Amino acid sequence: MLLIRCPWCGPRDETEFHYGGAAHVAYPSDPAALSDEEWGRYLFVRENLKGPFAERWCHTAGCRRWFNAVRDTLTNEILRVYRIGEPA
Amino acid sequence: MSGDGLRHATEGRIDRGTVLRFRFDGTAYSGHPGDTLASALLANGVRRIGTSVRLGRPRGVMSAGSEEPTGVVQLEAPFPDPMRPATMVELHDGLVASSLSGRGRLADRPDPARYDAVHAHCDMLVVGAGPAGLAAASLAVRSGARVILADERPEVGGASPDTEGDDWFDRAGARVLTRTTVFGYYDDNYLVAVERRTDHLGAAAPGNLARERIWRIRAGQVVLATGAHERPIAFAGNDLPGVMLADSARTYLHRYGVLVGRRAVVFTINDSGYRVVADLAAAGVEIAALVDPREATGGTVGGQVGGRYGGHVVVAAHGDDAHGHDVLSTVDIEPVGGGPTVRVDADALLVSGGWSPVLHLYSQSGGRLRYDEVVGAFLPDGCRQAVTVAGAARGLTSTTACLVDGVDAARQALTALGITPVDWSPPSVGAGAEGPPPATAAPGGVPDLRFVPAEDYSTHFVDFQRDVTVADVLRATGAGLRSVEHVKRYTTAGTAHDQGKTSGLLTSAVVGQALDAGIAELGHTTFRPPYTPVSFAALAGRDRGQLYDPVRVTAIHDWHVRHGARFEDVGQWRRSWYYPAEGEGLAEAVRRECVAARTGVAFMDASTLGKIEVQGPDAGRFLDRLYTNVMSTLAVGAIRYGVMCGLDGMVFDDGTVARLAPDRFLLTTTTGNAGPVLDWMEEWLQTEWPDLAAWCTSVTDQWATVAVVGPRSRDVLARLAPGLAVDAATFPFMTWRDTVVAGLPARVCRISFSGELAYEVNVAWWHGLALWEAVYEAGAPYGITPYGTETMHVLRAEKGYPIVGQDTDGTVTPQDLGMAWVVSKKKADFIGKRSFARSDTARPDRKHLVGLLPEDPTLLLPEGVHVVDPACLAGGRLPEPPVPMLGHVTSSYRSAALDRTFALALVAGGRDRIGDRLYAPLDDGRLVPVTVAGPVLYDPEGARRDG
Repeated sequence: MLLIRCPWCGPRDETEFHYGGAAHVAYPSDPAALSDEEWGRYLFVRENLKGPFAERWCHTAGCRRWFNAVRDTLTNEILRVYRIGEPA
Repeated sequence: MSGDGLRHATEGRIDRGTVLRFRFDGTAYSGHPGDTLASALLANGVRRIGTSVRLGRPRGVMSAGSEEPTGVVQLEAPFPDPMRPATMVELHDGLVASSLSGRGRLADRPDPARYDAVHAHCDMLVVGAGPAGLAAASLAVRSGARVILADERPEVGGASPDTEGDDWFDRAGARVLTRTTVFGYYDDNYLVAVERRTDHLGAAAPGNLARERIWRIRAGQVVLATGAHERPIAFAGNDLPGVMLADSARTYLHRYGVLVGRRAVVFTINDSGYRVVADLAAAGVEIAALVDPREATGGTVGGQVGGRYGGHVVVAAHGDDAHGHDVLSTVDIEPVGGGPTVRVDADALLVSGGWSPVLHLYSQSGGRLRYDEVVGAFLPDGCRQAVTVAGAARGLTSTTACLVDGVDAARQALTALGITPVDWSPPSVGAGAEGPPPATAAPGGVPDLRFVPAEDYSTHFVDFQRDVTVADVLRATGAGLRSVEHVKRYTTAGTAHDQGKTSGLLTSAVVGQALDAGIAELGHTTFRPPYTPVSFAALAGRDRGQLYDPVRVTAIHDWHVRHGARFEDVGQWRRSWYYPAEGEGLAEAVRRECVAARTGVAFMDASTLGKIEVQGPDAGRFLDRLYTNVMSTLAVGAIRYGVMCGLDGMVFDDGTVARLAPDRFLLTTTTGNAGPVLDWMEEWLQTEWPDLAAWCTSVTDQWATVAVVGPRSRDVLARLAPGLAVDAATFPFMTWRDTVVAGLPARVCRISFSGELAYEVNVAWWHGLALWEAVYEAGAPYGITPYGTETMHVLRAEKGYPIVGQDTDGTVTPQDLGMAWVVSKKKADFIGKRSFARSDTARPDRKHLVGLLPEDPTLLLPEGVHVVDPACLAGGRLPEPPVPMLGHVTSSYRSAALDRTFALALVAGGRDRIGDRLYAPLDDGRLVPVTVAGPVLYDPEGARRDG
């Protein structure tokens, strides 16, 4: 079980958290301007990287705050965590 | 073989002054405290312990530890327990066990034992309390670290009988967990162990003590001092009872005072077999032969040996007519490479095929292994987790070397923790307790003999529990399998309860020989938790029965119980399902409740509805983005129905929104979806729209809600709230009023989920029961009837109101539900809007929510049943599968108001099929005709909502 450093609460067990998929996938500023394919890519297509991967987590059983983490998908090691709005 | 004289007079750590009585396969035996079931059976001369699963061959005890592949028994008393290695069952008075044929039997009665869990943190977790582990823990304790030391055996000291006296171990300074198997090693040094607390006490076990405890340990540093397992060698008949791992014979002698035989042959490919010869000879066992494929068999051997066979191998083990074919009687010895066979009589054949470091946990932690040609086994080769391997687990063989290595490992780990290690070493062990020199110093080195060459490999066993032989492995490679993982799955070698502890390397060696490849390049199969089997009861701990999942009940729950309600679980909530009167079943009760709601007055506990309050100057804007319709234009005092969709445009939840103040809204959600809706709102607020000044709070448990429903509901409310103008003009549909009801501060909403005139009365949770009882009393003159979720479902379905999650399944848009009116055309954007323009969501033949009327008005369609187009039928029968289906029934009920059965269904192009006849194939083979109707079957004009 991962030990995840919530930027608000500190290190906590993985079971306290909820996974939120890839980070930095912004909601399009004007969805109506996108083609079906572009909208489909936004909705359904995410990278499946081997190595450091920026992803979202929520401390569901704690402060209920969302934050970002960079996790190495090969080793499962969380390299760093940062708050929403902070640079990747 | 009778048991007379198999118990040594002085050796062992058993309490000879106390006699324990036990039964095995119906026969009474005795043993002593300190025995295992295996040692007691061996002391009583019981050699055959079971029958193999596939071939039905006799099997005995092979080892003295948890790696045991064959000596697996069924415990019958004190409580049935399947597949327990006899080597790990501590003897107690009254134990009853029986032999197995491969498989055990689960208990046929509930387990009365308690199970528990502990969460622990430490600076250093030391796994294994042999010399290396004890030394590591001792240094860490003395240096001031928080230490947990865990070992699967009843006492510290390790598997080797050589460790004598651990007086230098400061047990007070560490948390010492004996009878505790660390069975899993996960990310970030999270390890899980099971502690067996009462099994060794038998019937004397205190009832208040948990039988087993799961330890979930987060460790700063881990030292794995998990030792090594001796390996068997494959030769003909190597599974016969009497054939045993060589060093286990020493353990039986030194720990249990048991002689594993009277006349033994020792077959070893390394020097550790020689100490077996010395110790057994000293204890009075006749060593009939010492067989070593190496040409030179080393210098002196302590003890008399009948025959020394350097450059020889054991080719076969046999039973005979005199002693029975179930147990070992003779051993055939031949020169390496073939030659004349020598047959030697023996009742024990002690085999050492070398030692495999126990690296299961290390490998689970992510540690790499490399094959070491000199040691002849896999050794640790680096891991990113904070773990150090010490002692025999990294190939060391002498006790002194292991002690020193344990100290070194602890020193490294402490330094990494930022703790300064003190200057301390364990007292040096005496020369008598010295193990053999490192294998590398052995004359001739360690030959890589894993299996003895033969014409016929059909009884050269590799995995004893799965009955896998060298022949089976060769069949796998012959079939073209190249990977050890594939061979494992093809042959099942390594998949038994022991997970290949003794067989893994042997399997790889056979594959290697067949493919002319080295073990190093073949690698090893993946080690997965658990290290040894763990019961589900232990893993479940207290989380079973009532404690498996919290049950949420409303403030009015006790009233429902007192009035005979039947309940159903909705999410975590336990809700009233229906209230049967004397002699009524579900159908009769629901019919009566429905009639009351449609013709008089009925009331329901709706407290479980999810409630979320949204506050802030941007609350309206926020809701406009979440809901498909506009909420910001809602007037204070008004209520609006709304639908939320996912980004994909599919319905996610529905409910009402009441505007309490310009910057305050109260949302309701479906009962089971309150948590996910709040999470969804928070996710958008925090991650996409942190600029919006809006805040969400769950208020589900703050408000108890009583729905008063039916044409006479206004009369009931008027009696309870004399200060409230209840007429339809002053208090119109979809508005709310703060008032006093039954003397309680209340918010009354004119919301209807039945189509009838209805009021939802909300009071503080702790006033819920008082309100309910007041409504019951005030409604008595009108025959007010309590109703549950089933009646609620019938009433809403008659009106075509969908239930998200029942009539929808994540592939349904608001338009599919016939609710295009709830989707704003004016708003520039909201969640899901873009998806409504995708080609797939705009298709005209999507599945629509429609009503279905079975042509037989008494036939209740099963929910989930498919509907098909008559055009696909051939001669009135279904065509060959796959049968094209138009959709399926999502809700189906008997309606009192319609005086017939009806259903809601999602049907392709359903709104264009109204009036069509379709067919529903039932389980019993009938094809029943149904007519498609609009979803609103009762009061389609909406004439009843104002009473």
